[in-house]
Amino acid sequence: MTPLRTPLYEKHVELGAKLVPFAGWEMPVQYEGIREEHAAVRTHAGMFDVSHMGEVEVEGPGALAFLQRVLSNDVASIEVGGAQYSCLCNEEGGVLDDLFTYRLGGDRYLIVTNSANHESDLAWLGRWSHDFDVAVRDVADRYAMLAIQGPHARRVAAGALDISLPPRMAVATARIGNRPALVCGTGYTGEDGVELLLDPEIAPAIWAELLDASVVPCGLGARDTLRLEVCFHLHGNDLSIDRNPIEAGLGWCCDEATGFLGAEAVAKARSEGTVEKLAPFCIEGAGIPRPGNQVVVDGQQVGEVTSGTFSPSLEVGIGMAYLRSDLAEPGTAVEIDVRGKSRPARIASKPLYEKEK
Amino acid sequence: MADASYPDDLLYHDQHDWARLEGEDHAVFGITWYAQDSLGEVVFYDPPEVGATILKDSSYAEVESVKAVSDVIAPLSGEIVEVNDALADSPEKINEDPYGEGWLVKVKLSHADEAGTLLDAGEYRKFLSAE
Repeated sequence: MTPLRTPLYEKHVELGAKLVPFAGWEMPVQYEGIREEHAAVRTHAGMFDVSHMGEVEVEGPGALAFLQRVLSNDVASIEVGGAQYSCLCNEEGGVLDDLFTYRLGGDRYLIVTNSANHESDLAWLGRWSHDFDVAVRDVADRYAMLAIQGPHARRVAAGALDISLPPRMAVATARIGNRPALVCGTGYTGEDGVELLLDPEIAPAIWAELLDASVVPCGLGARDTLRLEVCFHLHGNDLSIDRNPIEAGLGWCCDEATGFLGAEAVAKARSEGTVEKLAPFCIEGAGIPRPGNQVVVDGQQVGEVTSGTFSPSLEVGIGMAYLRSDLAEPGTAVEIDVRGKSRPARIASKPLYEKEK
Repeated sequence: MADASYPDDLLYHDQHDWARLEGEDHAVFGITWYAQDSLGEVVFYDPPEVGATILKDSSYAEVESVKAVSDVIAPLSGEIVEVNDALADSPEKINEDPYGEGWLVKVKLSHADEAGTLLDAGEYRKFLSAE
């Protein structure tokens, strides 16, 4: 299969990006270098082409009741112009995807999916929508998505695009490049910033304007190091159909009282506890953990790394691992088996990287 | 990062390693410009022990970037006589100066005649363009 390309593909090639296959797409993993791009987002402003992510519009008189049924969070608490994070669970509480929902109007919502799950999410939503007076539409082709992130991101984006921005965890309509657009006060880096949902036709011009405004182009490599430093989950690594939100540490975005699909399983996991829990850790000394590495205590395998990398901010190996719940407490000393070498590590609290106030 | 280069005074292994012969039976090893560029910024170098025996075509060390870990393949056989300790604090030298300050190990060769199987700079460049 030929890889899909975002509307910004030519821009990435122009900038000399390293392009890699990702969930069926050809995406930039880095431009100048992951460390530089990572630092730009932590200290100034960086932008990511995340047009590979999917969008699903849910509209109709039954939209709220439908979303309340399929999403783990309390959708009724999202006001018009609001945003909310939640899990999409199956009946057993397994996590099919994690996603943001934006309320665009009284009975109109937009869901942003992970690209690898977009088709299966659509099928799942379509299947459960039959019981509700609601339309579920795949609108992924309608949007290019650009994340602008960093301490200066909001100021630079507002100035360069001449728009006013919604607060954090909110969404607003705007005209960008003389076309309707959505501006979302969300992100995946632990920094302030916005995510823009743009008409694909004008995305290259907007990218160029932001580049002129000194926003640093950043690839998926930096996106991964940034999100892992603040312990944001990556579906496919830290979340899967075999894990429920409680063991993943996402109980905070589950409201079982809404009766969502999987609520019973989630309630059971919450009250009884889980055998394993996802916990962040830092390597003490040399070594970089990678997904699949075993977590070892007293010579016994007690868990497995699901995300691991070198942290450019902390300059050590960091990761997240599912391990026996009694060991998942901050401060616990463990070892990570990194390619046959035992690397001492310590379970930490979230986030691994905290901004200086 | 420096521009692509493959100096003429080195010998090359098709796993993207180089060897600089010194005297009758010594050599310095490192990874090529292509190898460091593919890997991205190196953040960790795990060297072998001095005195370790290494075998041509086998892994003798690891270099790791933010994204990926890579085995380093010995272009020739021998015994490690020195490792580049400076890389512990500044592994980025492997990117900045792969044939100079980014050298990895010095080796006393056990089979100096193996050098005949390696590629010269022109052959390695041709090999890269075919990859």
